[in-house]
Amino acid sequence: MPSYVITEKCDGCKAQDKTACQYICPNDLMTLNRDIMKAYNQEPEQCWECYNCVKICPQQAIEVRAYQDFAPLGGNVIPMRGTDSIMWTIKFRNGSLKRFKFPIRTTPEGSIEPYKGKPEPDISKIKQPGYFTHQGAGKAMPTIK
Amino acid sequence: MEKETCTFSYCQKPEVVEVETDLLLIGGGMACCGAAFEGARWGTPKGVKITMVDKAATDRSGAVAMGLSAINTYMGENDPKDYVKMVRGDLMGIIREDLVYDLGRHVDDSVHLFEEWGLPIWKKADDGFSLDGFQARDQGKAMLKDGGVPVRSGKWQIMINGESYKVIVAEAAKKALEFNRQATGVAQNHFERIFVVKLYKDANDPKRVAAAAGFSVRENKIYVFKAKAIINASGGAVNVFRPRSTQEGQGRAWYPVWNSGSGYALGLQAGAELTMMENRFVPARFKDGYGPVGAWFLFFKAKATNSLGEDYCVTHLEDTKKLYSPYAEKLGTCIRNHMMMVDMKLGKGPILMNTHTAMAELAKTMDAKRIKHLEAEAWEDFLDMAIGQAGLWACKNVEPDKEPSEIMPTEPYLLGSHAGCAGFWCSGPDDLGAPDHYHWGYNRMSTVPGLFMAGDICGASGHKFSSGSHAEGRIAAKAAIAFILDHPDYKPALKETADQVATDLYFPFETYEKYKTVSTDPAINPHYIRPKMLQTRLQKIADEYFGGISTWYMTSKTMLNEGLKLLEMLKEDAAKMGAANLHELMRCWENYHRILSVEAHARHILFREETRYPGYYYRGDFLPIDDKNWKCFVNSTYDVEKNTWEIKKVPYVQLVAD
Repeated sequence: MPSYVITEKCDGCKAQDKTACQYICPNDLMTLNRDIMKAYNQEPEQCWECYNCVKICPQQAIEVRAYQDFAPLGGNVIPMRGTDSIMWTIKFRNGSLKRFKFPIRTTPEGSIEPYKGKPEPDISKIKQPGYFTHQGAGKAMPTIK
Repeated sequence: MEKETCTFSYCQKPEVVEVETDLLLIGGGMACCGAAFEGARWGTPKGVKITMVDKAATDRSGAVAMGLSAINTYMGENDPKDYVKMVRGDLMGIIREDLVYDLGRHVDDSVHLFEEWGLPIWKKADDGFSLDGFQARDQGKAMLKDGGVPVRSGKWQIMINGESYKVIVAEAAKKALEFNRQATGVAQNHFERIFVVKLYKDANDPKRVAAAAGFSVRENKIYVFKAKAIINASGGAVNVFRPRSTQEGQGRAWYPVWNSGSGYALGLQAGAELTMMENRFVPARFKDGYGPVGAWFLFFKAKATNSLGEDYCVTHLEDTKKLYSPYAEKLGTCIRNHMMMVDMKLGKGPILMNTHTAMAELAKTMDAKRIKHLEAEAWEDFLDMAIGQAGLWACKNVEPDKEPSEIMPTEPYLLGSHAGCAGFWCSGPDDLGAPDHYHWGYNRMSTVPGLFMAGDICGASGHKFSSGSHAEGRIAAKAAIAFILDHPDYKPALKETADQVATDLYFPFETYEKYKTVSTDPAINPHYIRPKMLQTRLQKIADEYFGGISTWYMTSKTMLNEGLKLLEMLKEDAAKMGAANLHELMRCWENYHRILSVEAHARHILFREETRYPGYYYRGDFLPIDDKNWKCFVNSTYDVEKNTWEIKKVPYVQLVAD
């Protein structure tokens, strides 16, 4: 149904500065019901199963139940996303399990300094091919010969 | 039919916020993140203000929101000329070779940045096997920029651990925007959850676009962004044709379900010339879950066959050559689809990806530890970019090393960065010997001065993928900064008042509020059409008349004309869109954008009297490819005031020899 919210676990991100799932969903699906302070997926048939709400939820209150118009019941996929890697648990309909761990990032979150150590742009070359990085490093752009 | 007008008699009037900037980036995907990075570097010392407006949260917006398991465009040791040849072969001979070459010579720099920023990239171990991003780092393997050897799944593709690909690229873009914001002293230059709906022409120069307007999907606010130049990179169109899945599974489109044709609709309504809108993309993917097949074909060397074990790319090649030579021989993406579908129509399905035999073959040379690593690699391919496919396999008890899985061609999508090339006619670089009609001064500028295009909507130049879209955003941003600096006296001005803009954007609220109590259930009401029905009708028309799945992608002049009649009425009905809340207001406008994208697509197919892309679509009345008359671009422009289209042939020029 894609993503669904477990009633007992969701706390509406009360203690956070924003409702995490509502903030991240690329398709504006996750919505906070302010009356009960719990989130829900407002348009499940438009859910891509991108798992961004699942990964970001601080309470692990969101899971995905596969699309019932083609998927048999009983399987699920659960991620635990850390700062540098992600753990996946895949549960099959027949009960068997697989676990995988993959890298996601080799630098600390928030550590990018996009222009550190990069050349300054030379405005006189703005109409020539090549980025400021190419031009600053003296790399000539090839042409079709 | 009478148009509804909004006078705010029924719906609440929104606050209108005006934002003045110099360069506006519409979209927050790979292309606009690239544009932010390159644009802020060039523009900031000159005081150029840059603003990004994103429909979603930039950390997870655009086509890379879920992640990716490979970067499909990395030149490395290859010559960009060979890249041009590959793209030309796959896209049936008609591409803008200047744009493609230009992308090829720039793209690696973006990939090198991704690695520097923290994207884990697989490297080749000394024994020839693959190392993931951590193993490579721990074993001291060199970065790509320093000569590190990536794991190639194909000639152009490299494998990555890409779960956080977009988060990493977004972080760099946001830092770049912040650098620009601090230097230029503006209060805010990154807007999330604002959906841009329309571009507005300049009051003094009707050729130029002066502003973009959108609304917040979180609060009752409209934003008008005035800019001296705009980069439109707001994506292609999905869910325009009836999807194979009918209920919940509609969300599991191959192409990200939030790409609603806004890129096309914004530009074409501003009068920008389109090119190759007849093109579409129909990927053959694992059935229903639409998981990626590229790594299976290229990296694991799996073979796809019909259920009798026959390779349809062998058995049907001779017949295919009769209609589609000399392109069939190149076995491009659409040609492979075509041959697959021949077997499907003969009842020789299901078509199977033989994952089990591929893994058995690879395992022959491996010990137990390596086999385990191989299995993890196979699952990661899905978990990085199509998690739903992993879920579907789990639900069906599929273990890829034990049994094959079904593959199938999807519903059609409109896009220009994957194996498709529908988009805008854009100026290319002027140093590649291209003919005059290929360039007019500013790289990636459309035919509307100051309006640039990048990513999925820069046309006739497919196979950019994620890295190429980032690279193209950078190219466009640098040119846009040059354009802004060349026109220092330009001040964007709108003829519309803030109230008029608000009226334009909010009329679906007014319509809904005005009529909702006429019936006892607002779901069924003769006075308006809700966004879901707008989309459903569009999908039915596109599917049945313009060559969707229900006709095996077949259409013709008579079918197209009939469908266009129905589409025109749908377009008229869009003047009675009704929205009950901000989410529906977004859906209304998204679907209007879809309607315009599909109209362009149908009109181009109608104009091109041949079947250029067999396996993507067929003109039953012109079944062969016809190079004599149609080895050319088809370009069109839309006049939004008159609701008319002008369509023409534009000469194709080969720049890279065979």
